[in-house]
Formats: sequence, C-alpha cells, structure tokens
Amino acid sequence: MFQAKIYVTLRKSVLDPQGSVVRKSLYALGYHNVQEVRIGRYMVVDLEVADRAEAEKQVRDMCDKLLVNPVIEDYTFELVEV
Amino acid sequence: MKFGVVVFPGSNCDADCLHAIQTVTGQPVEYIWHKSGSVDGFDCIVLPGGFSYGDYLRCGAVARFSPVMKPVIEFARRGGMVMGICNGFQILTEAGLLPGALHRNKNLQFLCHDTYLRVENNTTPFTCRASEGQVIKIPIAHGEGNYYADPETLRQLEENKQVIFRYCDPHGEVTPEANPNGSLNNIAGICNEQGNVLGMMPHPERCAEAVLGNTDGQLIFQSLLDFWQRRCG
Amino acid sequence: MVMDPKVWREMGLTDSEYEKIVEILGREPNYVEVGIFAVMWSEHCSYKTSRPALKTLPTEGPAILQGPGENAGIVDIGDGQAVVFKIESHNHPSAIEPYQGAATGVGGILRDIFTMGARPVAVLDSLRFGELDNPRVRYLFDGVVAGISGYGNCIGVPTVGGEVYFADSYEDNCLVNVMCVGLIDQKDIKKGVAAGIGNPVMVVGAKTGRDGIHGATFASEELSEEAAERRPAVQVGDPFMEKLLLEACLEVIKTGYVVGIQDMGAAGLTSSSCEMASRAGTGLEMDLALVPRREEGMTPYEVMLSESQERMLLVVEKGTEEKVKEIFAKWDLDAVVVGRVTGDGILRIKEGSQVVAEIPARALTEQAPVYHRPTRVPAYLEEVQNYPVDSLNMPHDYNEVLLKLLASPNIASKEYAYKQYDYMVGLNTVVTPGSDAAVLRVKGTRKGIAMTTDCNGRYCYLDPKTGAAIAVAEAARNLVCSGAKPLAVTNCLNFGNPEKPEVMWTFWQCIEGMAEACRALETPVTGGNVSFYNETRGNAVYPTPTIGMVGLVEDLDKVCTQGFKQAGDAIFLIGENLPELGGSEYLKIQFGLEKGKPPALNLELEKKVQRFVLDEIKSGLIKSAHDCSEGGLAVALAECCISGGIGADITMVRRFRGDALLFGESQSCIIISVDRHKGVELVKKLVDAGVPYTQLGTVGGDSLIINVVNPGCTGCGGNLVNLPVKKIEETWRGAIACLMK
Repeated sequence: MFQAKIYVTLRKSVLDPQGSVVRKSLYALGYHNVQEVRIGRYMVVDLEVADRAEAEKQVRDMCDKLLVNPVIEDYTFELVEV
Repeated sequence: MKFGVVVFPGSNCDADCLHAIQTVTGQPVEYIWHKSGSVDGFDCIVLPGGFSYGDYLRCGAVARFSPVMKPVIEFARRGGMVMGICNGFQILTEAGLLPGALHRNKNLQFLCHDTYLRVENNTTPFTCRASEGQVIKIPIAHGEGNYYADPETLRQLEENKQVIFRYCDPHGEVTPEANPNGSLNNIAGICNEQGNVLGMMPHPERCAEAVLGNTDGQLIFQSLLDFWQRRCG
Repeated sequence: MVMDPKVWREMGLTDSEYEKIVEILGREPNYVEVGIFAVMWSEHCSYKTSRPALKTLPTEGPAILQGPGENAGIVDIGDGQAVVFKIESHNHPSAIEPYQGAATGVGGILRDIFTMGARPVAVLDSLRFGELDNPRVRYLFDGVVAGISGYGNCIGVPTVGGEVYFADSYEDNCLVNVMCVGLIDQKDIKKGVAAGIGNPVMVVGAKTGRDGIHGATFASEELSEEAAERRPAVQVGDPFMEKLLLEACLEVIKTGYVVGIQDMGAAGLTSSSCEMASRAGTGLEMDLALVPRREEGMTPYEVMLSESQERMLLVVEKGTEEKVKEIFAKWDLDAVVVGRVTGDGILRIKEGSQVVAEIPARALTEQAPVYHRPTRVPAYLEEVQNYPVDSLNMPHDYNEVLLKLLASPNIASKEYAYKQYDYMVGLNTVVTPGSDAAVLRVKGTRKGIAMTTDCNGRYCYLDPKTGAAIAVAEAARNLVCSGAKPLAVTNCLNFGNPEKPEVMWTFWQCIEGMAEACRALETPVTGGNVSFYNETRGNAVYPTPTIGMVGLVEDLDKVCTQGFKQAGDAIFLIGENLPELGGSEYLKIQFGLEKGKPPALNLELEKKVQRFVLDEIKSGLIKSAHDCSEGGLAVALAECCISGGIGADITMVRRFRGDALLFGESQSCIIISVDRHKGVELVKKLVDAGVPYTQLGTVGGDSLIINVVNPGCTGCGGNLVNLPVKKIEETWRGAIACLMK
C-alpha cells in the first residue's frame, strides 16, 4: 500500500488573495523578511497498489483529471510506502 | 422551444432558473437529473447556480464528472445552446467547454449584491435582444467568481469578442472599482468560440420579475427565445 | 453496584437529581442511563429553570396552528398555507469556534423547520458581540458571519435579515441566535411523534461519529478556560449533506409514508427518540448496532449522545421502509431501520441482543425536574436608573453628533455582514436586508410574509421588564412599517447564570414584560429557546430576550419601505416624542454612559399607532414608514434619506432639550411620508383616530436639514443639522468595514 501526499498550489502567475493577506499579517507581526506566501491544499490519498510506478501513474492521473485544475493550479506529490 | 435545467446534488438555483424561464419565455422547461444519460429533446440547457457537491474540492470540479455532463458536452459540441450561471459557469470551465477558471474573490468574502454589466457582444443567442454597450443591472452571489485565464487565452477571448459581459459602473465605464471580485479585464461572462455556450457569474434569473424590483435579467431569457424563433441574432 | 457520585456529578447531575432517577427507575441506573438522564435533564434540553416562567407567556390565538412543544411554531396565513418558524441560540459553540458554531446553528434551525414538512424560505440572525476595537471580537464577528454565510449560502436558503449589536457585556460571550422561516401547505404538516405500535424507526442522513458528545451539557454551564479546551463539543457542519437531507425529507414527507419525524439536535439520538415517544405516549426499541457509524469502536453511550449533524429520526408506516430507503438512496443518503415503536412507554436501547438502557420515555421529558429558583433585585439597578441624565451638557455641534451616531456600529449599515449572505436565492425576497423588516413573497399568491428580529439588550439591562416589552413592540412596529400585520412570536432568551438570584429576577421580569406586550399586540409566543449561562468569570451578558416575529402582507402591491419616495412629500412623526435620553445610543457615544431609565412603553398608544399606520399603508395613503429606534428621530430621518436617496427639510418645535428631541429614543414613534396634497387628509384621520402626531417637514433636496423653533424665545431656535445625504450615507455605510480593517 502507498500513501500519496499531494500538494496543490496556485500557479505563480495567478493572484493568491489568501496568500497576500497572510503575507501582510506576517509583516504586521514583524516578519519583515517574508517575501511571498502562497497558500495551497494538502491531500492524503491511500492507494491499495503493489508497485511504486503504478501508484505514481495513478496519482498523476487523478491530479490531472480531478484533483488539480491546471488552468490555475500546480501540484507536486510524494509517495510513501505504508 | 424546450429548456432543460440540470439538477446536480447541491444545485440551489435550479428552481429559480426554472421559474424565471417559465415566467419570462412561457416555454416548456424541465429539470434534468444529474444521473441522466441523455439530453435529447432539449433546445437549451441551463446549468444553474448553487454548490454542486458542496463545491468541496473546487467549485464545479466534481459536478463536471456527473453522468449528465457527457451528453451536455456532446450537445454543446453539436452547437446546442448551453448557459452556465454562477456555479454553472464554474462547471463549464472545469468541463473544458469554456476557457479559464474562476477562483476566490479578491477580498476572500462571499459577495451578494447588484452589479452593472456592459453587454460587449450582442451577436450571441444570449444577448441578441441587447444593444452593444447596453448597461444592465444583475446581482452576483458568489465566493469564487474571480475570472482568470493566461495572457494568451485572454488575448484570444478579446480578439474573438468572446467576452460577453464586463463589470462596469452605472454609466457603462469599466473601472477597477466596478470589479467586485478581481476578475481579469472585469470579465463577468464569456462564451465559447462558436458562441453557443455562455458562462456568467451574475444571476439573470434573480431579476426577471417586477415584484423583485428589477427586470433586467429578462433580456437574456428573451434573447434565447427570440434567437431560437429567428427573431433576432 | 452503586455508582461513584463523581460519574453523575461530572455529567452535570446533582445528587438529588440522581436520587430522583433511582426513584423513577426503582433501581440504580447504569452508565449509559445516567448519561441519557444527564443530557435530557440538562438545562438546555429540559428547561428545568425556565419552565415556570415560560408557562406564563400567551401561546394561543386565532392564527396559531402549533404553539410551543413541537420542533417549531406554525401560524395560519390563509389559503391552506402556513408559516413555520423558530429561533434558536448557538452561543456557546460560537464563542469557541465562531465559524462552525454559527454554521451548525444555521443547520440546526433549518432542520427544525423542514422536519415539520416545511420548505425553509428564509434565515435571520440576531448577533451580539463585544466592541469592535478588540481584535478577538473582530475575529469572532468575522467568523460568525462567514459561518452563517458558508452554511446558508451553500444550502440555498436566503439570509434576509436580523440585527447585530456591539456592547462590552458580550465580549466573552457572543450571542448567535438564528431564526428560520418556512412555508408549508397545512395538509403536509408533520410532527415529532412516534405513533403506531410496531412502526419502524429509521435513522437517516449523515453517519454517526463522536462529534459534540455532551454539547447539551456544555451549553448549560458557564464558559471557562477549560471549556475552550473541550473543543470536541463543537460539531462541524456539512451544508451539502443537509441540502440533500432537506430535499430527501421533503420528498419523503410528500409521499405520506412518514408518521413522525424529528431532527437529531442537541443530545442527538437520545432527545429525538425519547421526545418522539413521549409526545405520542409510546415507547421505542432501538438496536444501536444498526446505526450507521463514521468511526470504529463507538460505545452505546457515544452513539446515544453523539451530536453529529445532519441526521434525522423517522417513524414510518410499517411496510413502507423500502420505498423510504429508495427516496433517500436517490439523494445518496443512508436510511436504516434501527428499531420500532412499542406500546410500553419505555425507551429500550440495545446493542445487538443486549439491552444497554431501559428508561420510561416520559421520565426523560415530562418528569424532568423543575426548579423555582430564588430571585433578587440586582443592586446595580437603582444606581443606573437614577443617573441624573438631565444634568449632562448639551452638544454644541449636532452635525458632529449625528455623524458619530451614524458611524456607531450599533446604528451603522450592517452591509459588511449581509453582503456576505445570499439574500436573494429562492426568488422571494421583495424587501432586502437593511429595511425595518424583510418581506418575502408567497409564489402563486398576492401575499407576502414579513419577518424581523429585535431586542435592545441595553434597555433590558436598565429595566428588564420594559426592555423585553419594547423588544416585542419594536418587532411588531417593524413589521407594520413594512405593511404587514404582526402574527406571532418566537423567542430566544439569552441570560447569565440562573443560579444567581439576580439573573433569575431579570429573567422573570423580561418574561413578564414580554407576556404583557404579546398579549396587548396579539402576537402569541409559539416557542423558542432559552440559553442560560452566558457568563464568564462572573460577568453575565446583558439580558437579551430576542424576539423573532412574523407577519402577513395581504397584498404585495402594498408593501412599504423606509426610504423617502418623492420630493415634495410631507413628512410626519406618528406617535409622541418625549424627553427620554436614558439608555440611548447617544448617551453611550457622547458620554460613554449606558445608564438612565430606558424609554417608557405605553402599550395602548403603541397599538393605536401601529393600527393607524398599517391601515393607512394598506389604503395607499402612506408612501414610506420607518420606526424610530436607536439614535432617535434624527437617525431615523437620516436613514429615510439614505434609503430614498433624497434629502429632507425638517422644522420642529423645541419643547425640551435639543439632544433629547433629536436623539432620544421614545417608543411608538414612526416617521412616515405622504403625498403633499394628502397631508390634510392624513391629519384628519389622525385626529379622528386620536393618534398623536407632529408634522415634521418636506422631502427634497440633497441634504438633511433639521431646524428648531422656540416659541416664546426669539433667537433661541435655529439650525441644528445640515448635512449632505451623500456625506451621511458614506459615514453610515462604511463605518463597520472601516473598523474591520
């Protein structure tokens, strides 16, 4: 069994209103060296799949089809055997 | 002319769309259940507003895989008239029937209030009753209506006159202050290249009766009927 | 085996309550049974402290189809139709987790309405917070508004009105009272009864998890540091699930298969099952092993007390189980038979074949203890009431004071909040938020229903009896100003710790005032909710008996709004402006005082004023109507100007101090406007009806101008207010958003 940890973030070119609010708040708290904050989504998907290559293929597929909107979002993921 | 209003789990403007279409056009209109495998017999399909599947992953992302979407997409590809309002617009972009995407409003809040729209293109089935540049007042009610498309897509949209409605002030001026949600180029509604699929964030069904204090939304439903009956467009 | 007293004490039962349980059962209860008794006998579920007072409220009237005791009240609106409505508090959960607390508050009250078979058509929220200069308060306010917006918008029921007040007394205990209004054909009314021996009992909707175990007991104690740590008591709402449940329930109710239905609210399966059995005089037998669960290893105790949201308990006609399941399956929902109705009056809970609890259903409801708690007049009252208001200096600049008042969050536009609510979905909202009352049309008829929530907690603090009566009178006045006949009341009574005699005294006083006003205005109470223990570190909230009221508009063409309509129209004050500055927003803003005696309420005059205004709105004579409330006459005039987008030229006789004239909050006062040629007709009618009035001036121009003349004192009069409407509007509209930045 594999566990996929998927990180979805807004693409660089897309305005991230949540991120800019958090950046401003951090600044107000005195963190003046914070340059940028991007906020995303974190998903954990457990897969009953035997080999890593297959798991990787399936996760990529899920992301492209449903979990991520490529128009505005990017993603990365890690696979851990559990 | 027969209208169909798709009901997804979590749609909540389905009854409103049905009511408005009936009241304005007097034409037959029926619900289409999301599990339905066909849209045969319908001349115009409306994807209503609401929170399909709770909008839990992204707005419209799950609804786009409902069984009914397959025939809706085919219907649209054959040139059938499809209109997505609010959540319906989000579903259409997720389904790839319209370019771009809608994300969180710039101020991060859900917004419900009247907006002014400038009709940018009156040659579509949805706007043929309007004059170009006409200003109409239509309310919005959304948390994620901030339209985004990459620069190339945006350029094409503008070039092909696919931007149908733009947020403007009461005098028709497209200003940053008139933009409620941060949409690029003040975009409130777009159509596909062929002009038969419209997506718009504002709700025309909410202002189509005098008792509700505003009838500007009638224009869109009336256009659809007149276009169908070849009286305009 | 004798139980360790620690067990029941930790669950909130007193030793004498435990003894009563032993006496009822004729034996020692087991752990599950003690848990069941503890929640059902908690203040939140049993109303053990408030019941004696609540019994004194008027509950009957010609339009009342359902009074207190059911999931919601029902009033007749003619044509075989009815309005189902109720208000409920979600104060404690919201103080700890504002978004989810408020969201589940909305979810819970919606279920109370559609469990009766009605389609919810509107939500109103009555909210109280501390002052906005406190960042924690801003966080709570934002969270609560977002929670209401998140839940209500998603399920597609418009949030059409309500109120928001800010005062220090609510700093640690915000109040979140949510009212829901539904529409129903009278033939479809369903009740929470487990009737018909042998009928199956079904659990429908969401799966059961460990959410909010002991939420009811949690709502029955003071908030403390430790309470904040017991976060599991706050449930998470799923509006999408509720939307499916709503549609499925209304569909199944239409079939006629349903005998009884009830929401699993506070105390979950426990309260719904014993209340349904108790109302029907039956018993219920349930096997908890059959209840669909979200988590593994849940004990019977946890299943019985879980407050997982979006669940309902159904009793259906025997033999229709499969058809009922089919309807729920269509909406992708679970519907599972978990037991049946029995004839022995016993709530018998099993886990598989093993009986885990056996309690007479009525022991949990009707036999719950009732406490006549001692009362004592609070010491503060004399001091605050006798404050020498008249000795205060009068302002030099009335323009400045008026702008300050308009910028006070208690008076300023609540647009910051209601812009986040979908108030239009459903296509019924004829009068949108920001007016005296919301008005919704009833599709297919000429009728409309008007609704409002009202309560000035400061008045109730300064004089509980008058304050509560004013809440009723103002609610009715707001409905009248919209052209509706007030029909009935639902109330949400928010108080501190009732074990303190002073709190109990104010509670009784409020009930007395409310009863008196409800009788006089013929608006019976159909139910509601009591929320005690709104108190932290000994500081109780202002007594806040929120009134939710509904009314009927016979003809939608005759709906009235507050905005001035046309230049040249004549402006009148109906009622009598008296020198009453006590308890006013003016005293708070100008002097930082929340003191003095609140304005008096003369119910005879109130009735006369309301009857006159309603009749003349219906006759078409009155073109606009607006109730004078916080901020007095000047603020009310400013609001008429803002809504109408037009100015007004006012001249008044100075019969007493100018600040009281402009900013005092005398009751039974309504500002109206009529066509300039109809002034004489109006005055004749006013004189005939014996209704006091003052002619104020004329609609027109871009500014609000208020002059006073002083007969017998040449040179004493003059101009007090002269402000452009645009300036007034900017100040009023932007104030809260500005404070939230």
